[in-house]
Amino acid sequence: MILVFIEIRNGKIKKSSLETLSEAKRISEKLKYSVNTVIVGYNLDNFSLELFKYGAEKVFILENSSLENYSSDGYSNALIELVKEINPEIILFSATSMGKDLAPRLAAGLNVSVAADCIQTLVENNSFKVIRPIYAGKALAKTGFKTKPCIATLRPNIFPLIEPKEKKGEVIRKEISILNIKAKVRKIVQEEGAELDVTEAEIVISGGRGMQSAENFKLLKELASILPNSAIGASRSAVDSGWIGHQHQVGQTGKTVSPNLYIAFGISGAIQHLAGMSSSKCIVAINKDPEAPIFKIANYGIVDDLFKVIPVLKEEFKKIYSE
Amino acid sequence: MNILVFIKQVPDTESKIRISSDRKSIIEENLNFIVNPYDEFAVEEALRLKESKGGKVSVISVGLERAITALRKCLAMGADEAFLIKDEEKELYEPFRIAKIITKAIKSKFSEFDLILFGKQSVGADNCAIPSMVAEMLGLPQVTVVIKLIIEDGKGWAYREIEGALEEVEFNLPAVISAQKGLNEPRYETLKGIMAAKRKEIPIISLEEIGITEQELKPCLEVEQIDSPPPRPSGKILKGSPEETAKKLVELLRNEAKVI
Repeated sequence: MILVFIEIRNGKIKKSSLETLSEAKRISEKLKYSVNTVIVGYNLDNFSLELFKYGAEKVFILENSSLENYSSDGYSNALIELVKEINPEIILFSATSMGKDLAPRLAAGLNVSVAADCIQTLVENNSFKVIRPIYAGKALAKTGFKTKPCIATLRPNIFPLIEPKEKKGEVIRKEISILNIKAKVRKIVQEEGAELDVTEAEIVISGGRGMQSAENFKLLKELASILPNSAIGASRSAVDSGWIGHQHQVGQTGKTVSPNLYIAFGISGAIQHLAGMSSSKCIVAINKDPEAPIFKIANYGIVDDLFKVIPVLKEEFKKIYSE
Repeated sequence: MNILVFIKQVPDTESKIRISSDRKSIIEENLNFIVNPYDEFAVEEALRLKESKGGKVSVISVGLERAITALRKCLAMGADEAFLIKDEEKELYEPFRIAKIITKAIKSKFSEFDLILFGKQSVGADNCAIPSMVAEMLGLPQVTVVIKLIIEDGKGWAYREIEGALEEVEFNLPAVISAQKGLNEPRYETLKGIMAAKRKEIPIISLEEIGITEQELKPCLEVEQIDSPPPRPSGKILKGSPEETAKKLVELLRNEAKVI
């Protein structure tokens, strides 16, 4: 059996959880395993219909009033109880903030390890394996599991969704015994104007030293406001100059991203930056230095003053998205 | 307050990574090794807590003897003491094995503590897993990827970074915290600090001394092959005035790459 942890945020199933479920479905066809899902929380809506559509056969709902907000130890203890009862061979999470916090805690509680942030899964000789980036993607490690269950977190934005199909399944609600929560989330503080994290965006508009000032990042924000599902990225030098918050930093000391489109404005392409974004599907580089290393990995390049290119791009994007 | 900070020595982020001929490890020759950048935020936070509340900062690393250089840098930043838990195994990219060594070491050698700090992940293995694993094995609260930490009267509040927002998390001490960029600005070592660090002894603790068994040291994950990422297809440089190139780009993104 494969068990997929489903993350609920703002009353909705995270898209990356459905990506993980879709991948579980593909693995299950090779290994002849069943695919089940688990949701943890309190007073949960019925998300089951959507999960059945994406291939879940069973939906386990673990509830307790103390699990209304996320808690690493609370969620982990609830999951350990379920895993010991149903014995899945593989447990998958999406490598979100929650998945990366929770999966290793669960793994240690089950006396196994975790393969983090995987970008591919494989079945070889009937065993489950993963490929995960190391050194922020400068190398890829094919990794096998020596113990059961195999626990892995899958990187968001990499695994395609399956075609949803109307299907029936089983819902199993379980009241979890009262938990003594050690770390409690008191509240969630939303960052102003940032609905989408750079790791989740389909389009990343990124700026580097060539942006010259914090003020100029507004130009990128304007572009992002036209493009749907986009977020702002930045190089380390832009962040260290204080032009934009560190949560936007892409690279080996920031975030690793794999959007459909990555547009780099005034980013030269230091090794540590390239490591964090070179798995993007399409890369565009706009830089006045023709020797900038970023051009070596870009699908499309423009060697010019970015401040002259941005206004035209803005108008062209507007034309497309106002259609 | 007694604070334990666990650090790792990693290849400099500006390094090119070369893969060795057995395809199971990287070539370490000519690599420059540094303190994992996220661990520097953890060391800095520990020093600031000590400066405001008193206590002791102990920095500990698990790994090869070369990690002593990294420990000495932390002493130069102001840590009170440093220890190396000597593990002669090469990098296995296996977080649970290291988490077990750390947990055993804490139980046998460093059991008096109020706070355990880590960097959010090592740049290299990129697991982001050891802090959560150690917290679980010690039965402690954890807050990972923290950009603000407040400790008062045995309680703590930490802000952890999540997608597009922050979570405010409350916990009791002792606890495990992992540091994200933004938590603080790590200090540079002073000349005085460097000189003092040179004179400090860094005790080496063996795996036998912490009482970890052969069975516990067996990895649960096995890296079968390390490869370079596939090369990217060669790109097109668009020629013309900004007006022409920008228009051409949008057309290519729409009709050729099909990403907008």
